[in-house]
Amino acid sequence: MTSGAASGNNAAPGQIQLVPAIRMTGIDKSFGATRANRGASLEVMPGEIHALVGENGAGKSTLMRTLGGLMKPDAGRVEVNGRDATGWSTSDAIAAGIGIVHQHFMLIPTLSVAENLVLGCEPRTRFFVLDRHRAADDVRKLSNETGLVIAPDRLVSDLSVGEAQRVEILKVLYRGAKILVLDEPTAVLSPPEVKELWVVLRRLRDSGATIVLITHRLDEVVDLSDTITVMRAGETVARIRTAETTPAEIARAMVGREVSLSAGKRVQPLSRPTTPQRDKGLEVRNLSVTNSRGIRAVDGVSFNIEPGEILGVAGVEGNGQTELVEALAGLRPVFSGDILIEGVDVTRRPVAARHDAGLSHIPEDRHRRGLILEYTVADNLILGVQKYFSKGGLLDSDRVMENALQEISAFDIRPANPVLAARALSGGNQQKVVVAREMGRTFSVLLASQPTRGVDVGAIEFIHQQLLDARSNGKAILLVSAELNEVLALSDRVAVMYRGKFATVMPASEASEEVLGEYMIGTKKGNAA
Amino acid sequence: MTASPIASSTKPTFAATPWRERAEEALIPPLVALLVALICGDLLILSYGQSPAVVYRLLLEGTWGNAYGFGQVLYKATTLAFTGLAVSFGLRAGLFNIGGESQLAAGGFAAALIGLVLPGGTPLAIALILCMIAAGCAGGIVGAVPAYLKTRFGAHEVIVTIMLNFIVLALLNWFIAGHMHVPETLHTPEIHAGVLPRLADIDSRFHGSAANLVLVVAVLVAAAVWFYLFRARGGYELRAVGLQPEAAEYGGISVGRVWMKALTFSGVIAGMGGINYVLGYKHYYEDGFASGAGFLGIAVALVGRNHPFGVLLAAFFFATLSQGGLAIHAFVPKQMMDVLQGVVIIAVATSVPEVRRALRSARRRSDA
Amino acid sequence: MNPISFITQMIRIAIPYLFAASGGVVAERSGIVSLTLEGFMLGGAFAAVVGAHYSGSPWIGVLSGMLGGLFFAAIHAVTTIRYRADQVVVGVAINLLAIGVTRFFLKLFFASSSNSPRVTGFGGNIKAGGFDNPLLWLGLLVAPAVAFVIYRTPFGLRVRAAGEHPEAAESVGVSVNRIRYLAVAISGILAGLGGVYLALDQHQFTDQMTAGRGFIAISAVIFGRWNPIRAALACLLFAAAETLQIQLQGNHAIPSQFIEMIPYLLVIVALAGVVGKAVPPAALGKVEN
Repeated sequence: MTSGAASGNNAAPGQIQLVPAIRMTGIDKSFGATRANRGASLEVMPGEIHALVGENGAGKSTLMRTLGGLMKPDAGRVEVNGRDATGWSTSDAIAAGIGIVHQHFMLIPTLSVAENLVLGCEPRTRFFVLDRHRAADDVRKLSNETGLVIAPDRLVSDLSVGEAQRVEILKVLYRGAKILVLDEPTAVLSPPEVKELWVVLRRLRDSGATIVLITHRLDEVVDLSDTITVMRAGETVARIRTAETTPAEIARAMVGREVSLSAGKRVQPLSRPTTPQRDKGLEVRNLSVTNSRGIRAVDGVSFNIEPGEILGVAGVEGNGQTELVEALAGLRPVFSGDILIEGVDVTRRPVAARHDAGLSHIPEDRHRRGLILEYTVADNLILGVQKYFSKGGLLDSDRVMENALQEISAFDIRPANPVLAARALSGGNQQKVVVAREMGRTFSVLLASQPTRGVDVGAIEFIHQQLLDARSNGKAILLVSAELNEVLALSDRVAVMYRGKFATVMPASEASEEVLGEYMIGTKKGNAA
Repeated sequence: MTASPIASSTKPTFAATPWRERAEEALIPPLVALLVALICGDLLILSYGQSPAVVYRLLLEGTWGNAYGFGQVLYKATTLAFTGLAVSFGLRAGLFNIGGESQLAAGGFAAALIGLVLPGGTPLAIALILCMIAAGCAGGIVGAVPAYLKTRFGAHEVIVTIMLNFIVLALLNWFIAGHMHVPETLHTPEIHAGVLPRLADIDSRFHGSAANLVLVVAVLVAAAVWFYLFRARGGYELRAVGLQPEAAEYGGISVGRVWMKALTFSGVIAGMGGINYVLGYKHYYEDGFASGAGFLGIAVALVGRNHPFGVLLAAFFFATLSQGGLAIHAFVPKQMMDVLQGVVIIAVATSVPEVRRALRSARRRSDA
Repeated sequence: MNPISFITQMIRIAIPYLFAASGGVVAERSGIVSLTLEGFMLGGAFAAVVGAHYSGSPWIGVLSGMLGGLFFAAIHAVTTIRYRADQVVVGVAINLLAIGVTRFFLKLFFASSSNSPRVTGFGGNIKAGGFDNPLLWLGLLVAPAVAFVIYRTPFGLRVRAAGEHPEAAESVGVSVNRIRYLAVAISGILAGLGGVYLALDQHQFTDQMTAGRGFIAISAVIFGRWNPIRAALACLLFAAAETLQIQLQGNHAIPSQFIEMIPYLLVIVALAGVVGKAVPPAALGKVEN
């Protein structure tokens, strides 16, 4: 749907100070059952660097994709330079001077830099021939103007991540972008590359561009931005001038829940269980893991979790927590280091062997990993332990059903119907199915990754109690959560993960939101291994 | 079980996903396809200056209306059931086996070899079992090649199975044409052992039709596939890999091993289908007997919605189309049925995703 | 063996492959699986004969042959792009449909189930050895032309982008669907021309006259790693093997069946990556839901 916005992008110069460059109000956007944006808003003034912050999944990217015309909002209004731009197309957005640098690069690896740059608005010589010389010249000219130097004829697949990002920025500038949106631009950059990027962004701002910077790294926000908008769970929760705030305040707005069941109060018994324990739980030595782009996501992490102990891992998401848990679970190859479960080295063992060694795992994404959505609840309750529910190669349907009924009642899964497809359950009940399965079996080490994400209040409390019960039964538990309160309330010790390393590990009794917050945003750098 | 029970007020119930939703998603696409096929059929019949009503009546009379025609339908359905089951077995694991034709041919060839090697007096049960094993192994070997290339090198099974069709068929042609054919023909001598009774031997009304006891084998294989898929641990793991490979991996299932198993056994099933022609009908292997059966197996699996019993029904439907062509040939060329087969596949392939999307969004709207 | 006669025969055999493989490259580079080339060729061959028969002009035959290929391409494009049907399933069905449709109308128009009457075609001058057929010259030019379009024009750039990273193409305002419609249409017309060449060279249509040539063409596309020039070289290679087989007839050193296998074996070897792995366009055959 083409609105009239594209044609009127040249706002009168006199108005430019009065009209926001971007004004988004009441934006709603759902994907299936997930509401990515609920009444989100954003107001960006021309010529500023505006930081849009929030955790992963807070709805920042969705909001920006709406702005860029890649998706249409379910409700709400978008204005660019004072013109209605609701529901416009990508071409409209480009014509109106919006340029989005996506988190996952929108570059075609098999094409050259120049080809990527001109795609969609190619210079032509005659009737339909691509003018490759002009394309290359344009790249060089733009490089010189902006300081983003890159050879036009190189293949994108040969570029480093930093160089690829330069191409992305050049690409939007080539299209005449006056409003630049950068989605997590530093996630993949090395510190010197980040510095270089800041220089470029400041220069662009000084030459009149408006910049929206999406990030969850608060040190960057403080360094660079003029104004900050904070999003949480699809809503806009704060709009602050950077000069008038502190990182701690931003962090609280980002991750802090005003209401949480057990916030700050330690609900677990402080004494260790008295039953005799095997002395080894989970031992991790100098573990390094690379992510899917080949970047070192976990960098030399070491820790022990004793039986009957919960080690909580806090941290802003995207600092290597996902890769850490996946490597421990056997779902991601280990680059270097060792993983021991009850003293048994499982570093190179497949998932099934780790199960047998006593590992249980509540995965962070139940829709992708944790459940087979088309399978019934009963069938999902045996995923990973199916061999214990079969005899002579056949599933013992009586025991599968018996197990299902038992877990359904023990974990209060609703509706209490073992033959319903998992897809039909609410998020909280889906999560209970996963928790029931992983905690209903025999295990000695539990990886609990975001165990209460997207779960209703009652279920949160229940799952927390399950974790504490498991702890008193002598299980070694690694709890990874983006909820600071959850980590503080449940853990014996707390680690903060920052850029692939444990920035600190401390007893939970010494930890507080304020202390952890500084490690989380990198303003305080730890010495823990 | 470590969980502390929470008093649950709700009693367990056993109502599955509303059957209406599942029935709608399963049945609407074939019905849409049938409608489209009927319209196309009408147009073709009219283009030939005939009356659709007359032609359709002839079609029904010539297929389901008399024992001979019905027997022919059953015979054709038998082969299609095997190739259809083969394709659907692979698809349950998320893999597309387009090699049904060569697997079927290899199976038929192997069955004929064993039938030729065994002495004349071999008891039927033993001969049948040996021939079936040989047929299954031959098909399985052809199926294992793309499976290995996929798990080891990531070579896409669609292309590899297509290419293998040509290679295996050329190889079989070389065997037959160069080494073991009856002069002036492209088939082997008649087998000595393993000749199966035809339906006509049991009920004389089927006289002349090719339907034979392999029909029973096909139904048994369908039942076995159903049992494996929905009752065995291996079937649980296989379907898990087909639905959500990442969740299967999380559940400790080796995706590569399941792929290997699924494509190999897909080949075994298609290969076993070779006995329908060789043991049940002609009693020799003939070059080209499998022609087209592999591609139609895809249609059968698609229309049968990858359910073993759905596949049997779909095989019966496509066999009816093919036999129906002969029944109407005096009025409209039988080639009309070739057209309609293509139309049905395209219509089903198109309406399956479309219907699912439409139904799901309609349900979301009614939920909201 | 006479090298001149070898080369001329090889080229004549290669022409249908060159047309179809060039079309296949365009469609596959845009992200649409081209298991349909066989059907497009058959449709083109039949339509060419119908056109030539009723008009008496081979050039009208060429035109209607292109439309014949386009007809099946349109079905493929609409079902897979608009309705997001599985490209492999529809591809298989298109081939079956093409066989059925050509058989039915062969019967309807020419009252035969095996072949059409003789039509005015191209060539026929024995001395020219087939080189008096204008389609032969066109066939030799088509691969370089497609290479030019793919690598030197904005359209080609967009085709490559659509097949590698459709989301990136959409993000800069390129309509991936429109590019794919055009690419499939081009593949239909080019593969159709491959069929036209066959039919007008033989001056008639015979049932299933393409006899698997569409699959040889797609083999050439894969073996040529989706590059039009390399695919054309693969076509020539496969044609050379066939020529060898024909010219060696009577000499039983190598059974003909083994020479027939060469293209298919090479494809499998290429896909397995034994010598330089063939990597398809990243978005080939993928349907987002």
